[in-house]
Amino acid sequence: MNRIWSTAVVEFRIAGRNRWVAIAVLLMVVFALVLAAAGAAPTGDIGADRLSVIVASLTSLAVYLVPLIALLMSFDAVAGEVERGTLPLLLTYPVSRAEILAGKLGAHLAILTLAVAAGYGAAALAAFWADPASVAGLPALGRLVWSSVLLGATFLGAGYALSALARRPSGAAGLAVGLWLGAVVLYDLVLLALIVSDGGGALTTRALPVALLANPADAFRLFNLAAAQASAAAGGMGGAASAIPLWQSALSVALWPLLALALAIAAFRKVTP
Amino acid sequence: MTSTLTISHLTKRFAGVEALRDVSLSVEPGQRVALLGHNGAGKSTMMKIVLGLIPFDAGQVTVCGAAPGSAAARAQVAYLPENAAFHPALTGEEQIRHYLSLRGERPAQALDLLARVGLADAAKRRIGTYSKGMRQRVGLAQALIGQPRLLVLDEPTSGLDPVSRRDFYALLDGLAAGGTAILLSSHALTEVEARTDRILILSKGRLMAEGSLADLRRAAALPVAISVAPAAGQDAALAAALPMARANGDGRLHMDCAQGDKLAVLARITGLPQVADLEVIPPSLEDIYSHFSQRDGQ
Repeated sequence: MNRIWSTAVVEFRIAGRNRWVAIAVLLMVVFALVLAAAGAAPTGDIGADRLSVIVASLTSLAVYLVPLIALLMSFDAVAGEVERGTLPLLLTYPVSRAEILAGKLGAHLAILTLAVAAGYGAAALAAFWADPASVAGLPALGRLVWSSVLLGATFLGAGYALSALARRPSGAAGLAVGLWLGAVVLYDLVLLALIVSDGGGALTTRALPVALLANPADAFRLFNLAAAQASAAAGGMGGAASAIPLWQSALSVALWPLLALALAIAAFRKVTP
Repeated sequence: MTSTLTISHLTKRFAGVEALRDVSLSVEPGQRVALLGHNGAGKSTMMKIVLGLIPFDAGQVTVCGAAPGSAAARAQVAYLPENAAFHPALTGEEQIRHYLSLRGERPAQALDLLARVGLADAAKRRIGTYSKGMRQRVGLAQALIGQPRLLVLDEPTSGLDPVSRRDFYALLDGLAAGGTAILLSSHALTEVEARTDRILILSKGRLMAEGSLADLRRAAALPVAISVAPAAGQDAALAAALPMARANGDGRLHMDCAQGDKLAVLARITGLPQVADLEVIPPSLEDIYSHFSQRDGQ
């Protein structure tokens, strides 16, 4: 435990000195405030409080930003140690590879939590200032915070796995960008193309829910939209969100971090210094 | 007392090429053993196997009574890599505190350790600003944590100036006196000279020689070079008296003789009236090393 804690403290310090903490917090705060300002328009029409509407917008933001920040922080985790030549020495210490990753995860997750809390917090303050009834949206905001952290943990784990597989920071960065594009951007486009070509047939009704649950980013979006019952404001995915039971998307959101971390540990164990 | 490190019939292949072939050795507590060899002789490979960083193909390796790389072995073994590298954003003190925590020791000892290797003044500076020699000292400081039973040092003195090198060997002497077994590698016999108890010479993955410097000198049985200066005007007479000697233009006569014949040859030369001066040059450390590492012979 002491070893994991010490690793986490060192990693947090390194991330701080490399400006990662500042970059992550600033990114989340700026985008959240922009959304809070822009997403305020539809409140009157749908009768929801301002914060609930903002949470729906923040969900769409988090789906893109949280995986991006997580991958940016994690792609260097193993490959960077290999390139600097620090890994052989570290592995001769009485610390297991799982403990090393756990320490790094602790630090990166703390930074991500800080960034998410600062960003969403800023948006919430803006909402309260404009509409005191926003208190009704607080449970949705809380759900968004912890599910964002879980989404981040998934992509941190995936980033560590890619880092261990690539063994070079440049290769790991390429794989990380590829994963982000594939999981967050292209995946939905492909699903959309399938729905359009299928025209509401069996593929859409049976395969689509499974496909959405299988992607951690989509599961995250489904979970937050369904839970907040703000689907009307979010549009797009609203239909899908109501069709898939809440427990299924919650389960996907909760299981993905474990799966990603198991993959990361397995990939790291295969690295020979 | 049992050996700290035992290796028997160790073989390691990389893609069909034998990096180590049937190597056997043991290192006792408190012993300082130097592992010599050219680049690619298998020194680093052997050290990585001892540390459990890479697997091996055949033979047995026991480190402090446990398998290499096992938790029990790692708790008792310290390592200094060839080019010790650390995260440039951390200070020397932060890095050593972290290593102390990983070994379950009190992080507060960090400054003491850095002072022992002469880095007390730089402890609060980032390692990114350190010179190569200073990074090597940080590496040495982390290797001193918690009185390890086996210390594995990969070319530890390559980046150090002669004074630092002497301090470094003094530190090792202190550790060895406390019972730590030390295995260090080098590619020059001149670097390890008298500071080690035993020397192992590795060439192309095979152990070529093993023993103290005196043992190796005896086993190599290299000829002694003798150089004789003639008295004024006696050049031709001396050359006639010593037909086996050769002149190479510096006005002196040179000859080689086997260790066993040395006294007889010297007696004969000193008996000659034409001799003004005489020098006996024993085989150098580099000669002995070359003899065993076989580069010159092939």
